[in-house]
Amino acid sequence: MSERDDEKQSAAGAAKPGASSAEVGQRATASALEAGSQNIPAGPRGGRTQLEVIATHRGLFGVEGTGDTSGFGGLVSTIALPPASERPYGGWFDEVVDILVEILTEQGLDPEAVLEKVVVDRGELTIFVAREHIDTVCRALRDDQDLRFELCLGVSGVHYPQDSGRELHAVYQLMSVTHVRQLRLEVACPDSDPHIPTVVDTYPGNDWHERETWDMFGIVFDGHPSLARTLMPDDWVGHPQRKDYPLGGIPVEYKGAVVPPPDNRRSYR
Amino acid sequence: MSASTNARPTAARPAGEAPGAPEFVAEGGDWAEIAAEAERLGEERIVVNMGPVHPSTHGVLRLVLEIDGETVRELRVGTGYLHTGIEKNMEYRTWTQGVTFCTRMDYVAPFFQEVAYCLGVEKLLGVTDEVPVRASLIRVLLMELNRIASHLVAIGTGGNELGATTMMTVAFRGREDILRIFERITGLRMNHAFIRPGGVAQDLPPGTTDYVRELLPNIRLSVKELQDLTVENPIFKRRQQKVGYVSLAASMALGLTGPSVRAAGLPLDMRKLQPYCGYETYDFEVPTRDYSDSYNRTMVRFDECYESIKIVLQALDRLDATPGPVMVADKKIAWPAQLSIGSDGQGNSLEHIKEIMSTSMESLIHHFKLVTEGFRVPAGQVFQTVEHAKGVMGVHVVSDGGTRPYRAHFRDPSYSNLQSTAMMTEGGQLADVVVTLASLDPVLGGVDR
Repeated sequence: MSERDDEKQSAAGAAKPGASSAEVGQRATASALEAGSQNIPAGPRGGRTQLEVIATHRGLFGVEGTGDTSGFGGLVSTIALPPASERPYGGWFDEVVDILVEILTEQGLDPEAVLEKVVVDRGELTIFVAREHIDTVCRALRDDQDLRFELCLGVSGVHYPQDSGRELHAVYQLMSVTHVRQLRLEVACPDSDPHIPTVVDTYPGNDWHERETWDMFGIVFDGHPSLARTLMPDDWVGHPQRKDYPLGGIPVEYKGAVVPPPDNRRSYR
Repeated sequence: MSASTNARPTAARPAGEAPGAPEFVAEGGDWAEIAAEAERLGEERIVVNMGPVHPSTHGVLRLVLEIDGETVRELRVGTGYLHTGIEKNMEYRTWTQGVTFCTRMDYVAPFFQEVAYCLGVEKLLGVTDEVPVRASLIRVLLMELNRIASHLVAIGTGGNELGATTMMTVAFRGREDILRIFERITGLRMNHAFIRPGGVAQDLPPGTTDYVRELLPNIRLSVKELQDLTVENPIFKRRQQKVGYVSLAASMALGLTGPSVRAAGLPLDMRKLQPYCGYETYDFEVPTRDYSDSYNRTMVRFDECYESIKIVLQALDRLDATPGPVMVADKKIAWPAQLSIGSDGQGNSLEHIKEIMSTSMESLIHHFKLVTEGFRVPAGQVFQTVEHAKGVMGVHVVSDGGTRPYRAHFRDPSYSNLQSTAMMTEGGQLADVVVTLASLDPVLGGVDR
């Protein structure tokens, strides 16, 4: 009898993740943060935390609200984006970053403060730029004869709600037709102050793309000639592609069973 | 409703309008009454709204024109009437299901979205080099046929808007042959969702290469016939030449790509610049002209159709010589079942059903997991460009390590290209707006996504 009671109690403990798993979660996040911080070279980088962790998932199936009977309810996995890369970056990446650093130094700017970090991942170069300097960097990339990124392929927003202080990212893809190269600039801004200077003066073709990013993510591109919505009606409230904006949809009844809308379905993450 | 009942100044006007500004509503019919009234009022500056439901705006595009007589003084483009939230929806489906959504963006050229998205996902997965050669060959075949179909629609509908219905019927006849090929290969004429991360959904059905070879002369004939009707046609030339001009510098600044920038003389073609799907191994030219007006843009499209036929023929020969799988070998990514046609329609092949239902429980679990849960993609972001029929198409895919895209953004060429409409038309004639717009060939499904 007593043995069976013990079993019941331990089973009940496992079924109630409650406080214990939350602690595990916090510990995992903190350790992942530490791991992430090791990749960031020490230096004057605006004193900002270089946070690569974008999400923390619990359980095996990413199911929330219902009992996860698989026994993996306490499993915590942290999701981190590729960290800052160390030199040499490889190929022409070093050359481009070197020239950019040179130009910024000539202009009396601190390259360490302007270029937050460089990430080389899957053969692609991403340069994180401090938001107040985005137009300077774009102009340098466009005009220098060794860089010549003449074409801007638009800006895309990404919302990372867990990247506190840097929730909204604007991602610019630049292309050099002369040298046949592509690189990406990434600018982050906090949700509480969603402002990024426009690059329309440098790349006029970014006009509509910035409007779309404003429309979908609520990033205000300061200095844009006419930052109106492009997709949603002018009087729309909210910015649909943020992660906290629901997908919408209605439950559909079919032969007595109800199929919930896609964002409310049990899904695997 | 006839113009006679509607075509008169109405007292109602939206709030915020300048007081005293008269408003006219015309829905087809004769505008004589409106013209007479406008003349009586003596207004110099007239704002005309074109669309969003207007046959010559290529879908639900809205143009707001400020005109002075027949001269366009200012033009504004209104988009968003076909916004369907495809990018947002993709965040709620598996990586494989995403193809079903992005194929619906530019519905005239669906394979380019499918390929761009799948190449992006493959780059994220790190399996780009493991995609079988045959899968890439099928992708190239479909994309090049699709390029011809898209150009035919561009030229044909452009002609139709000038009143030349024959151009449209000829173009759609040629496109019909291509759609038949698509139907034979993918089972559908549009919205195929045939190209999947890791390869393609299904191998070509037997006899397809011969079937394509059989239809290609017809397709070439349609292109030729359309060319015969236009290239030296004095009416066509006078409507199109020196209309909608844009300089090379302006098109680079405005992000205008595709036939428009090639007509200006720059051979900007991602198939040559940053090849994908093995384009570097094909023999083809990038047609250019030296002056980007509506006429030359059309001519570039004609030349590209012939280049695409060249690529298609090469791809067909290689397909005959290259048997093999059409999906990556990794069973954690590859869709488990092959489809087949049974007595009760299309479905999973009998052998596969036999295996999962009666011999291997593990296969059943694997099938179930992969179809319902999908595969996981390591966290990170990539940008993949392909040469769409209308310009440079870019896909920005972000993964958070999950089974669904964290973000999928499409840089649709139509959207970028439309920005230059105002620059091309302001100062020109009202009638040229339609010609210019047709020469840009926007598809609103892609613009609004």
